[in-house]
Amino acid sequence: MVLFEAENIRQCFGGLVALDKVTFEVRTGQIKAIIGPNGAGKTTLFNIISGIFRPDEGCLRFDGAPIDGLKPYQVARLGISRTFQNLSLFLRMTVLENVMIGRHCRTRKGMIASALRLPGQWKEEKAIRQNALAHLSELGLADVADRPASSLSFGQRRMVELARALATEPRLLLLDEPASGLNTKETDDLARRIQKIRDTGVTILLVEHDMSLVMDISDDILVLHYGTPIAEGPPSRVRNDPEVVKVYLGGEDVNA
Amino acid sequence: MPVLFLAVLLVGVQLAATASGRAYYLTQLIMAAYYSIVVLGLCLVMGYCGQVSMGHGAFFAIGGYTSAILTTTNIAAARDSAWGHALQKAGILFSWQDPYGSQVLAVSPGAAFAAALLLTLVVALLIGYPALRLKGHYLAMATLGFGLIVYRLLLGSSFTGAADGINGVPGWALTSHLTLTSSNTYRVGNYYFAWGVTLVILTLLLNLVHSRVGRALRSIHDGELAANAMGINTAGFKLQAFVISALLAAAAGSFFTHYTGGIGPSEAGAMKSVRYLVLVAAGGMGNLWGGLIVSAILTFLSLRGCFGTYDHAVFGVILIAIISLAPEGPLKPIGLWIRGAFRALIPSRRSCHGAV
Repeated sequence: MVLFEAENIRQCFGGLVALDKVTFEVRTGQIKAIIGPNGAGKTTLFNIISGIFRPDEGCLRFDGAPIDGLKPYQVARLGISRTFQNLSLFLRMTVLENVMIGRHCRTRKGMIASALRLPGQWKEEKAIRQNALAHLSELGLADVADRPASSLSFGQRRMVELARALATEPRLLLLDEPASGLNTKETDDLARRIQKIRDTGVTILLVEHDMSLVMDISDDILVLHYGTPIAEGPPSRVRNDPEVVKVYLGGEDVNA
Repeated sequence: MPVLFLAVLLVGVQLAATASGRAYYLTQLIMAAYYSIVVLGLCLVMGYCGQVSMGHGAFFAIGGYTSAILTTTNIAAARDSAWGHALQKAGILFSWQDPYGSQVLAVSPGAAFAAALLLTLVVALLIGYPALRLKGHYLAMATLGFGLIVYRLLLGSSFTGAADGINGVPGWALTSHLTLTSSNTYRVGNYYFAWGVTLVILTLLLNLVHSRVGRALRSIHDGELAANAMGINTAGFKLQAFVISALLAAAAGSFFTHYTGGIGPSEAGAMKSVRYLVLVAAGGMGNLWGGLIVSAILTFLSLRGCFGTYDHAVFGVILIAIISLAPEGPLKPIGLWIRGAFRALIPSRRSCHGAV
């Protein structure tokens, strides 16, 4: 079943064509990777999917319904969550509060209920806290829950971002270079983690430069080059695609 | 808990002032309470949500002037008409005697207060909606312009009393024992009303910032894009916070005008708006307690004339000193110290972060 489709996406910044004729789909339960050299338009594509940019042309469909033109918060409510390449945790808040923010779109008590502490508000607040703590524990971060987010190491921050994204209960999770800045051991853990998340029913779309990670866990790969797709398919096929080898891998073996 | 402590302290101040024959201090404390309500509201917008408003003096003035104009404009034509009687019965119109002994039939203070809030709601939405959909300091620009316009309009219009403002505003009889007016008979009552309202607002805002909504506001301050991507309607929350703080400023302006019996255009002046901003910053930005305490003390001293002709300069110096020496406000270190002392006395209660 197709969970997400992008059709003929085109995005220009002034005279620069960042994306053109980008068409692909993500099937439910897949781990799909988008690869390509720097400047290929991968992050731009993520920003379009999550509603931060509105594409100049083309359309996006999530679960059959069009989502282009929606604001980021509306996209998140529909069940598409993401992490950021250059981490964007709320640094003045604690780790736990960061993940609690993820619960925002699945909870509803507003200004009046909060200010007056109306019945139910406390219960919802407790549920938010417990759910956020569960997500932190799942990623092994329970003992840093009350620390300021700014005090964490880079690797830990990546995990908090992941916990925050998962707390929104996404059906499609966008991971923007989740392995960048991680060492080999951490990257290995991340690979198992991503597979585990997929096994809980979350479909994953991944932008990543770490080829061994991509080849290891992806079911399907889309290769972008200067904003246009040049190949798509399972790792075994993409790895041997002559076009990909020529423009992207420079003729070297991907496992080298 | 700390709110109760503050309430006890306020009772103590009243008893001490009355016992020592310095009950006139209460007058400035009442005015300081109303100004502090503006600071509390601005604290929500600036400190938690990260949006700068340079127009809160104007909202205070809109509240005050609406009350002043409506309660002093004589609608004598309505006196003998059927609809006039009906409105009087409904409490929308009321009759009062001005200082020269003539009867005035005007809008009642309660109805005028409601009108002031309604007008403020409309104005705040008109300014906030376009400005807050954008990221960045557009609200500061919009509210600065708005403040200047309101100030000039008040100064140039005859129906607002031009440079003199409006005087002879009637008291607001809330109960048979409490009228918002500057008469000495009601001073103690007014003191408890003003500070009671302030503490209620403080409590409501403290509840708000320690909730799902408060977290959302702080996340907008920390990273608007990420907050939006995490499912928070950032424009909506910024607008809500802005409108609430504008309404608080207008309510304070209305109470203040009934209490002092008048209001002048300087309330809408840029210096006033900047002063509220300084007080929020001096309290530690995202710190309702800090804002309230600093505002109450500095406003009281200013109203007592302690800073003399250097009044504005003193606030300027405070702003520079805070920004360069203690960007988190001077109360944070003191608060940490008090909390430490509390912890030592009462072992391991659940921590109440933020309530410094």
